[in-house]
Amino acid sequence: MSIAVTTQIVCFSVLSLVIIIGALGVILLESIVYSAFLLGGVFLSVAGLYLLLNASFVAAAQVLVYVGAVNVLIIFAIMLVNKKEDLKPIDNLKSRRVISTSICLTLLSLLIRVDLSKIWGLASPDTSIGEESTIRIGEHLFSDYLLPFEVASVLLLMAMIGAIVLARRDV
Amino acid sequence: MNLESIPLQAFLIVSSILFCIGIWGLLNSRNAVRVLMSIELMLNAVNINLMAFSSFIDNNLIQGQVFTIFVITVAAAEAAVGLAILLSLYRNRVTVDMESFNLLKW
Repeated sequence: MSIAVTTQIVCFSVLSLVIIIGALGVILLESIVYSAFLLGGVFLSVAGLYLLLNASFVAAAQVLVYVGAVNVLIIFAIMLVNKKEDLKPIDNLKSRRVISTSICLTLLSLLIRVDLSKIWGLASPDTSIGEESTIRIGEHLFSDYLLPFEVASVLLLMAMIGAIVLARRDV
Repeated sequence: MNLESIPLQAFLIVSSILFCIGIWGLLNSRNAVRVLMSIELMLNAVNINLMAFSSFIDNNLIQGQVFTIFVITVAAAEAAVGLAILLSLYRNRVTVDMESFNLLKW
């Protein structure tokens, strides 16, 4: 990418901060509507990270599919099932929280331990194919990834019909 | 430290944190919609990993980007079907509390 390194680092820090704080907000906030909008922010920041990695096509796909489709779908679902209800208290909530948090922290420490190992200390590649990546993705999709591409279309059709059948009112 | 560019490890750490946040949300949410959101967060963490490796290791063939496209496709299908299942569950049980979905419990 032709941006100066300092700019890249500043962009990366801001985007990762937004991703992590937004994700924490998604799972911790009381109101589910705020969570949904924060989720959209997280998706947009992930698209920004893709732009930093020279992948403009995937960034556009991320914005279109995640922010434009998945997030809107989630907001519609919230509107359809949004009923104030008092949750029944569960007996051992505290021990559950403790156990799940410790599992997550253990997993996180293991993952970070692996991330920081020597073999991933790679320098970024000198030559980047940049805008040519879109052409390369198209070539992949119609040569060596042709079968997964066609299967994905069948999968989307099945998901569409399945969603319509499941969400119909008179079943 | 003289940084030439953003290291690969930075991307990996961000995606690890995002993945663990997703798992925590998946385990602890009472609202079923929030569980689906946590799954989306985890899928995004995996996508960041794929994109970072594709850019740093496989810069010429970018197979990781193709994989990311497929993951995005499957995630969209999953969200549609998951929310449809949630709607029909809500119609039968009139709640979105995960604790009250015990149809498979014996």
